[in-house]
Amino acid sequence: MNRSTIDLWVGVFVAIGLGALLFLALKVGNLASFSTAETYRVDARFANIGGLKVRAPVKSAGVVVGRVADIAFDNESYEAVTVLRIDSQYKFPRDTAAKILTSGLLGDQYIGLEAGADARILKDGERLRITQSAVVLENLISQFLFSKAAEGGDAKGGK
Amino acid sequence: MVTTTVWRLGYASRFFVYLLAHSGTALRRFRLTVREIYFAGVLSLIIILVSGLFVGMVLGLQGYDTLQRYGSSEALGVLVALSLVRELGPVVAGLLFASRAGSAITAEIGLMKATEQLSAMEMMAVDPIARVVAPRFWGGVLSMPLLAALFSAMGIFGGYLVGVVLIGVDEGAFWSQMQAAVDVRNDILNGVIKSVVFGVAVTLIAVFEGYDSVPTAEGVSRATTRTVVTSSLAILALDFVLTALMFTGGN
Repeated sequence: MNRSTIDLWVGVFVAIGLGALLFLALKVGNLASFSTAETYRVDARFANIGGLKVRAPVKSAGVVVGRVADIAFDNESYEAVTVLRIDSQYKFPRDTAAKILTSGLLGDQYIGLEAGADARILKDGERLRITQSAVVLENLISQFLFSKAAEGGDAKGGK
Repeated sequence: MVTTTVWRLGYASRFFVYLLAHSGTALRRFRLTVREIYFAGVLSLIIILVSGLFVGMVLGLQGYDTLQRYGSSEALGVLVALSLVRELGPVVAGLLFASRAGSAITAEIGLMKATEQLSAMEMMAVDPIARVVAPRFWGGVLSMPLLAALFSAMGIFGGYLVGVVLIGVDEGAFWSQMQAAVDVRNDILNGVIKSVVFGVAVTLIAVFEGYDSVPTAEGVSRATTRTVVTSSLAILALDFVLTALMFTGGN
C-alpha cells in the first residue's frame, strides 16, 4: 500500500492549510499589532461620545497608543464613561486632555490625547479630567441657525 | 410526504448521535481518518485554490471599479479581505466542498450499501458506522476549515494581484488598511467557526444520504443529487443564521 504517500500529501495539506490560517491572522488581520505588552487603564468622562465604539483607537499626535476598552453610561452624572487601555510604554502627564475626533470627513471616531505639562504622569486607574465631547452635526447646524437669526434681529433693531 | 420528511429528520438526528458515540475507532485508528482527509481535502485542493484565486481577482476588479468612483480605491484591500474572510471564503468553499467531496462520499457509501459490503461488515461483527462512516465524517470536518482558509488566503492574493500589481493601487495602503479593518476575533475567528459548522453540516448530510440511500443504481444517483442540493441549501441557510448571530450583535 502506498500509505506513506497519502500521509505525505495529508501532511502537506494540513501544513499549507494552517499556513493560510496564520497568513489570515498575521498579515490580513491585526494579530501582530496585538502586542502582549502591558497596558494601563485610564477613565475619561464625556458629555457626548457621538459614534465612538469599543476598540476604537486612542491616538496621540496621530500615533495609536491604545484602544477604547469599555463604554458605559453613568446614571448619576448622565455622562458617558469610557475606559481606555494605553500601552505602558507611553507615559502621559496627569493633565492630558482627551478629545473625541473624527478621522476624515466621514470616517470613524477615535479619541485624541493631547499631552499637558504636569510633572506627574498618569497611573493605572486614574481619570482624565479635561475632555471634549464629540461634535454633533445637528447641534452645530442649530447653533449656526440661531446665530444667523440673532444677527438678523440685530440688523433690524439697528435700523 | 411531511411525515416521511420528519421521519428522516428524526432518523438523521439519531444517526448523528450514534455516529458521535462510535467515533472512537476513527480517532484511535487515525490512519483511517487520514486516508479520508486525503480524499476529501487534498484532492479538493486544486478546485479550491483556483476558484479562490479567480473569486479574489473578480472582487478586486469589481471593488476597484466601484470604490474609485468615491475616491477611496485604497480601501480595496479591506473590501476584498472582509468579504472573503466573513462570507465568500466559508460559503463558496463549502459549496465547492459539497459538490466535490460530499457527492463522492455519498456515492461511495451508497455503492457500498448497494453491493452489500455494509451488510457483510455487520456479519463480521464490524460496525459499518464506526469503520466506514465515522472516518469519512471526521475527515470532512477536519478538511473543511483548512480548505476555507486556503480559499480566503488565495482570494486575497488574487485581489492583491489585480488591485496592486495590475491596476496599481498603493501597496502599503492596501495591506495597512486591511490590517486596520480586519479583526482577528470578530472576522477571522467567526469565519473559521462558520467553516467548521458548514463542514459538519455538509459531511453529515453526505454520509447520511449515502447510508440511507435506496440500494439500487437509481437510489444511489438520487442520494448523490440530494446531497448536493440539501447541503447547498443548508450552507446558505446556516450562513444567514450565523451572520445574524455574529455580525449584528455589536450594533
